[in-house]
Amino acid sequence: MLRLLHLSAPLLARSALKRKSFMSIILFFLVICWRAAASIAWAVLLLPPSTAIFVILSKFSVLHPIQTISECFSMLTSATAIFSFILLCGVIIMVGFLNFEYYTVIPTIACSKIALFGQLLHPRQLVNSLVHCIMGMIVAWCSAVTIGFRYETLGHPCAQTDGYHQMCLNEYHLILLLGGAFVGFSHSLLGVIHNMNYVSFHTVQQYKYLRFKGCLPLVVKCSATQALYSVRNFIVVYYFLGYIPRTWICKTLNLHLGSSAHPLDSIAGLLDLSLLYHLWISATFLLFTWYITLLLFRIFLTEGYSFPVQSSFTEDADHCLPKVLTEKQPMILKFLALQDLALLSQHSPLRRCEVFSLSQPGGHPHNWNAISKECLSLLADLTQRLVAYHDTVATNGRAKSLSSGSERKTSSETSDFMSPRPTSPLTAPFTPDLDSPFMSPALRRLAAPVEQGSPWYGTVQSPHIMRRVKNFLAKRVLIVYLFNKLPEASSQALFADSQAHIWALEGLSYLVQASFSEDQFGVVQTTLPSILSCMLVLQEAVDRHFKLPHASSKPVRSTSSMGDSTYKTLRFALRATLKTAIYRITTTFGDHLNAVQLSAEHRKRLQQFLEYKE
Amino acid sequence: MCSLALFPPPLPYGQTTVCESNNELLSGSSTEDQLKQDFSPPSLSFPRESLKLHSRTENSSKAAFLDHSETLWMRSAAAWRDGGLTGLLNEITNSHPEVPKWLSMSSGCILALLQWVSSFHGSLFPHLTLSSEDMIAEFSQVLNWSDCVVRAFAWHPHTDKFAVALLDDSIKIYNPKSATTPTLKHRLQRNVAVVQWKPLCASALAVGCQNCLLVWHVDPCSLSTRPSAGCAHVLSHPGHAPVTSIAWSPSGSLLVSASPMDTAMMVWDVAAESCVPLQRVGGGGVTFLSWSPDGSHVLASTPSALFRVWETRMWTCERWPCIKGRCQSGCWSPDGSRLLFTVQDEAVIYSLTFTNTPAAVPSGTSKGPHAAVVVADLSETTFSTPDGDIIVGGEIQSLAWDPRGERLAVLLKGDPRAADRSPIIAVFKTRVSPIFELLPCGFVQGEPGAEPRLMQFHPNFRHGALLTVCWSSGRITHVPFYFLSASIPRLGLSGSPTLPHVQERPADFANQSLFTEFIS
Repeated sequence: MLRLLHLSAPLLARSALKRKSFMSIILFFLVICWRAAASIAWAVLLLPPSTAIFVILSKFSVLHPIQTISECFSMLTSATAIFSFILLCGVIIMVGFLNFEYYTVIPTIACSKIALFGQLLHPRQLVNSLVHCIMGMIVAWCSAVTIGFRYETLGHPCAQTDGYHQMCLNEYHLILLLGGAFVGFSHSLLGVIHNMNYVSFHTVQQYKYLRFKGCLPLVVKCSATQALYSVRNFIVVYYFLGYIPRTWICKTLNLHLGSSAHPLDSIAGLLDLSLLYHLWISATFLLFTWYITLLLFRIFLTEGYSFPVQSSFTEDADHCLPKVLTEKQPMILKFLALQDLALLSQHSPLRRCEVFSLSQPGGHPHNWNAISKECLSLLADLTQRLVAYHDTVATNGRAKSLSSGSERKTSSETSDFMSPRPTSPLTAPFTPDLDSPFMSPALRRLAAPVEQGSPWYGTVQSPHIMRRVKNFLAKRVLIVYLFNKLPEASSQALFADSQAHIWALEGLSYLVQASFSEDQFGVVQTTLPSILSCMLVLQEAVDRHFKLPHASSKPVRSTSSMGDSTYKTLRFALRATLKTAIYRITTTFGDHLNAVQLSAEHRKRLQQFLEYKE
Repeated sequence: MCSLALFPPPLPYGQTTVCESNNELLSGSSTEDQLKQDFSPPSLSFPRESLKLHSRTENSSKAAFLDHSETLWMRSAAAWRDGGLTGLLNEITNSHPEVPKWLSMSSGCILALLQWVSSFHGSLFPHLTLSSEDMIAEFSQVLNWSDCVVRAFAWHPHTDKFAVALLDDSIKIYNPKSATTPTLKHRLQRNVAVVQWKPLCASALAVGCQNCLLVWHVDPCSLSTRPSAGCAHVLSHPGHAPVTSIAWSPSGSLLVSASPMDTAMMVWDVAAESCVPLQRVGGGGVTFLSWSPDGSHVLASTPSALFRVWETRMWTCERWPCIKGRCQSGCWSPDGSRLLFTVQDEAVIYSLTFTNTPAAVPSGTSKGPHAAVVVADLSETTFSTPDGDIIVGGEIQSLAWDPRGERLAVLLKGDPRAADRSPIIAVFKTRVSPIFELLPCGFVQGEPGAEPRLMQFHPNFRHGALLTVCWSSGRITHVPFYFLSASIPRLGLSGSPTLPHVQERPADFANQSLFTEFIS
């Protein structure tokens, strides 16, 4: 009997765990999948107007405006148009699905070029690229059919010298298809380089429609410029390598090369303005529909979700804010819960009241305890991470890699869930480190300063010349280029998930501020010392981190890209939020803070804040 | 409706207002008559002669060099860089011997077309034809900004330091507890229109100027008198210049900025250097912003007869069309429930009340009022003084309400052409709760010949209210209003909460009240 109990105890625990994860899966389906589906539905609904605009722009001719309009009407009602429209809907649904499958709220930051290549060559990414390639080709086929006239079919009958008809290759159709495939492929590659799958949360809450309306001009601009660059690259590629797919197609489909016109991989053939325009407009159409899908997905996913703080029914308890906050997976739910916490602490007195309330039987502040504990553990985790990073930098003289460093794993075992983990196992060993076993001895010799015993030592003594030699080598050797650490990338990687910390800081500080007048039972007072010391320790760690080279250098902002570069400035946002959060507490409580139990060092630091000297 | 006639007459010539004590404004013959007090901020003077102004007016140093011939390509590139599309077209049109005739002709035509379109646009919104300096002067809260030595002034929200922007485009920071006065200069810091300190922060100062927005980080512990340009972050957005008004959110997390050239109002996340443009149709720009102290609303006025009140939870807005002119100035009561504003070409103060909906209701729009109420009439009134008749009243330049909601200062424009109608500050006693009341207090006057240009209340003066006034002579003085607060000291952002005074009594107001809610 006893044995049975022993056996059943872990089993019970496991089943409880399963039930918990099951509940979170249900919530995930209720919230996230519903949002993704809604965003895809809207993207499909927006397809007819954008297609109509594309048809008008692609067929427009200045000399015959009336004819253009009648042509467009007849085009839009034809059977092929309807078929290609259905195809386009399928592509949009597929793109939406890929967005949903590949999105992340914590960006993957490549610390060196080789890590970036690792990301690009990861099988998952290759599948993504291939699918985008095919979808690009499908969209290009649809646009070829829509544009009509010389682009319409792959083969056309042509007369040979001996009189009888045979099928010739229509290179205009082919170049459009290949262009679509190329644009789709480069879209997928740029997605990795610019972290386009990263979904960031906005500080300014807006209604979905207004946010969409505000972003629409940017999407148009981005898709037009990106299409321009992609088409330029495509033309260069086609000029040099265009004959390969052409002859291959001819061979497999048994088509002949038309002898009449210029072949399109010549300068004369490519300087056809109408062809360039059609390539560009179809690439713009392709990117525009995809970007719209991505934009809608981001807007729907990051919309604030209001979790109940507490529920009177036990079966709903798993959907409540304190429970969802502590869940580790899926990450998006945790982020939404933290966002909700930050918003409720700022704007809703009624919900704050629930946070400060006591449980009905027992009189325990369960809600506040769960929330504050989770927020504090998040902040403590970040502090630990920063301290560990700083220690490795201080001891080795250079930074150990973030994700491959084993010491980090052990140090933050307790709260490892928030660490920026690489999505691919491939990238982990590729994260750069000159000491890593991955580096060949030859390389290490190249990178390391010249040893005393080497023949270099006698001849080259001036450190100036040595540095020049080193620079020379570093410039020449491709591998060093690949393995060299990108500046500030490690700093970005450290703070990759800092949006969560920012919300935790905001939520805690606003709740503490509100507790001054709203907390009837004094539940916040018990945790105030730990909140203050946690924030002050983090403040110290952040200050130390920003003294490192590259940590405080501002990244270059890129405005004309759909990739979200918010993650590059998260560390600055965190630093500012942390300071504001401490000031919020000190300004509210003022001299009452002298009654709070703190260590002497923290008190000294707090005094700086009380005197506004930080 | 009552008028300025209820005010005590202005002081005779040569007298200056020193302070308010025991419910009356005391005057003295010189500014040295100040009462002794535990806190006395430095009263500064910036004579115009002491400032080293720019000797050249234009940015480019082209005129100092000899003209030398460049190729057309180089000149076109330079024109594109300096003047954009119009510059390029101008260059091509003017260099006709070198370009083909059809090109110069067509660019000339395009240029003419562009100018025609912009003149059409300008006839819709006349302010768009102004130069940026004139535009700042037109929409600034400072009276006669372009001729003003002190162009902007800002108290720190928590400490006793303040920033002063001067005519020579430098900003000085004065701290009574520190001997160093840092001077901030930056290449892009030209024609400073407005400065404001970030709340809940010791160091960040936002500066709105001609081309961009700067956020300085002035370390309060640093002994440096010239912080480097690296301490400033430049925030700019295409088309968003000149910046005439900025406002920090009271929680210190966001900054909004406005430009009359841009129909969108920018909401900046300063640390991330990212912005969200909030665009609405109509108005033709945004000129003045004011964030309510409780953080729930933002007033945004436009150059047209229209202003908006934004709600900051979901950033939706209410449109408020005015009848006569644009909204010139506005200020919020401490609890954010009441907005006082003035309209150009009108000598009255309007009031709007806002009730905060319970925030648990997800709908962000707050149920606002349906019409504004006139609470004060400041039309011209003649006072007979020993020195002769003085006419006071007329158009209003700016409003300032003290952080406790007990004194309201109104800067009256006066008439620059008439000698007896100089600008003057009228101060009201106000009460926000339980009912809104507006009572006359008096006029604040400076030294003979000095006109008030700019005013601001100290954010946490313990003994009442402290009005800081910048005068046309370049002098900055502080006028304390000593009173015991009638309302319970508010908690929250404005300093640490103090215990309610035991001997507190409601201020006994004069028996004739200018406005109470019972009357209207």
